Amino acid sequence: MIKGWLALAAAALAVRLVISPPAISAAAGSPQASAMKLGYVELADDPRYANRGAHSGIVFTDLGRPYQGSQVALEDAEAIGRVIGVDFSMEKSSAASVDELVQQISDWIAKDGVRFVVADLPAAALTDLARKLADRPVMLFNISAPEDVLRGADCASNVLHIYPSEAMLSDALMQYLVAKGWLQILALQGPAPEDAAMVAALQRSAKKFRAKIVGTRPFLLTNDPRNREQTNIVLMTGDVGYDVVYVADSSGEFGRYVPYETKLPRPVVGSAGLVPTAWSWSWDRDAAVQLQHRYEKISPPRRMNGADWAAWEAVKAVTQAVMRTRSTAFDAVKAFLLSDKLTLDTVKGNPGSFRAWDHQLRAPVLLSTADAVIERAPLPQYLHEINVLDTLGIDAPETACRF
Amino acid sequence: VDQAIKLAHLFNGGLKMAMPRVRAFSGTARLFNFGVTKIAHKLRRGGDARFWTRGLLAITLGFLLSAEAQAKDTGYVFVSNEKTNNIAVLDPKLDYRIIQWIPTSHRPRDMKFGDDRRLLYVACGDDDVIDVIDVATLKVTDHIPTGPSPEMFELSRDEKALYVSNEEGSVVQEISIADKIIMREIATGAEPEGLAISADGKTLYVTSEVTDMVHVVDAEAGVVTDNIIVGTRPRRFLLLPSGKELWVSNELSGQVSVIDRAANRVSTTIDFLPPGFRQVDVTPVGMTMTRDGKTAIVALGRANHVAFVDTMTKEVEAYVLVGSRAWGVALSPDEKTLYVANGLSDDLSIVDMASRTAIRAVPVGRVPHSVLADD
Repeated sequence: MIKGWLALAAAALAVRLVISPPAISAAAGSPQASAMKLGYVELADDPRYANRGAHSGIVFTDLGRPYQGSQVALEDAEAIGRVIGVDFSMEKSSAASVDELVQQISDWIAKDGVRFVVADLPAAALTDLARKLADRPVMLFNISAPEDVLRGADCASNVLHIYPSEAMLSDALMQYLVAKGWLQILALQGPAPEDAAMVAALQRSAKKFRAKIVGTRPFLLTNDPRNREQTNIVLMTGDVGYDVVYVADSSGEFGRYVPYETKLPRPVVGSAGLVPTAWSWSWDRDAAVQLQHRYEKISPPRRMNGADWAAWEAVKAVTQAVMRTRSTAFDAVKAFLLSDKLTLDTVKGNPGSFRAWDHQLRAPVLLSTADAVIERAPLPQYLHEINVLDTLGIDAPETACRF
Repeated sequence: VDQAIKLAHLFNGGLKMAMPRVRAFSGTARLFNFGVTKIAHKLRRGGDARFWTRGLLAITLGFLLSAEAQAKDTGYVFVSNEKTNNIAVLDPKLDYRIIQWIPTSHRPRDMKFGDDRRLLYVACGDDDVIDVIDVATLKVTDHIPTGPSPEMFELSRDEKALYVSNEEGSVVQEISIADKIIMREIATGAEPEGLAISADGKTLYVTSEVTDMVHVVDAEAGVVTDNIIVGTRPRRFLLLPSGKELWVSNELSGQVSVIDRAANRVSTTIDFLPPGFRQVDVTPVGMTMTRDGKTAIVALGRANHVAFVDTMTKEVEAYVLVGSRAWGVALSPDEKTLYVANGLSDDLSIVDMASRTAIRAVPVGRVPHSVLADD
């Protein structure tokens, strides 16, 4: 007993005497601290976040604004900055319009020397913003828009895409289906343009990996009995044979009712069932758990999603470039980001780098159910002459992007 | 039936609860109230007493029996298995038969011998403890509480303290083994992992996986005195016998950084590329070396090979094909055999050092993490 008391007292003393200073202080002789201020932009009334996540008061989706993801990486950037003599910080703007964002970013460029801006914007707004900033010394990071057209016909040289493209997500899923031998696919397509884009990506992937789409059937969100051919899942999934049902449902309202409702006992994939995603909270390999816990410490009451991961990764990319080049100059940092020297930690196994032909980040894609990551793409049986990550999405020979 | 299921649940829960997961403050600690929130205190005085009794007994026996037959010269190989929560004990003399499964706390990973190999410490990440195993009886005899999710650790040179890297809290904890008290927490960069301690015990090196640095820590003062930028996601260390070089494996950039300890900077970088693999597959983690320090062995993770490196020239001399995601490596006491734990093929590769070939693979538990060989 006495030994215990002594030990406690000793511990108390030790704690009182030695108060650990901040872990990382600037090394002696490090250069004068330079500033690296990043920007973060979003639209206040972004329709993707309006009325989402709660129906009848029950929250069922993890969709939320990904700003906190960037803050997790900023904490690391600040720690690295103390060692290499760079002050990392971030400005945020939530604006009513793209024009307002253009004004805001122009101010940041002039006043704060901001050169890298994380953009949580829908595709149209991102394209507009990139066009209006084309002659300015600034690079945007797309962290939430999956549209292929942003990496194709509408591509912009001042945008880097962290978020996976529709084609990457679709290829990831298709690799899995083909590996399983589930080659006959019945597609259910919602009314939104995003749903059409998903089905287009699916068709491209099916051709690439030699699966077959046996039918594409539109669905509607309505109780009108005259539309039962487009509302009744049993009717929609009858009179045809298939191995798997693909649902393209950006509304999130239809897809979740498809599993277990199909005429034939078949798995459901796409927007419901097995979903290809940039991130899943249930991913527990490659140091993912520590990242999620750091996210959850500072986040709203929500787990990390794909856009959160992309926001984190965008800031991480800039930090890596500054650290490895030992420079905060726009040209040097940009050149490093676009070089093959970038081995970015994706926390999903393979290191990431940007594709020269469309500025898309190479990164694995997770195939996730509601509570488990079933597979990580690219699957090992798919090979590529240069980088296996290029089996996902649009490869150099097929790109429509011209910078 | 319902009753039986309930009972089973209770029992399962009970099993987990039986592990010393206690992180609550003792009343005494609260009285002091130092504003330090993470100091866990000694909680199992009974366990402590047992620990000392056994320790004393072992020492007494050591004096009485000159040979200490049951614990010495066994050559046993210990493999910690993350997902089966046990350590496989293999006897090389019995054709690598697993002679014992030692059940441990949840998710056993790094292991270290202590007390002249009478004790084996193993960090158990999901129960926040370091289990203490009596090597003579091959049983867990005690638990030392740590912060959340311990993975890698080192013993202080006098073996009075454990240094445990704590990935969740971004600190290195110094834990008194005798008192089971966290004496001190040294703040590091995010996700500290690998630890090394200098021969004089005065300097501690810690990798930070996220900030790509090695922190240099003054072990006496408990402060970070320098930071060395290395490759991407640094994992483990190898301190060469000369004391001049410290090697760091970088999992994502697929290299080993050689740190000049006098200058605290990277002097050389060693690249790896086994035949038939690409740079992105090379994810080095575990390292070991021969006693003379002439040959280092680096496990290349997803490249499914180990590399033999001449430590003078830094040239890779050979690549040996082993199992899937090779991490943990250890040499037999006679240095004739290398053991490699393959995390994704759930087996242990046995490599003949003379011919530098894998001669067989022995199945162990699920997700083998570390391997240690007794003398």
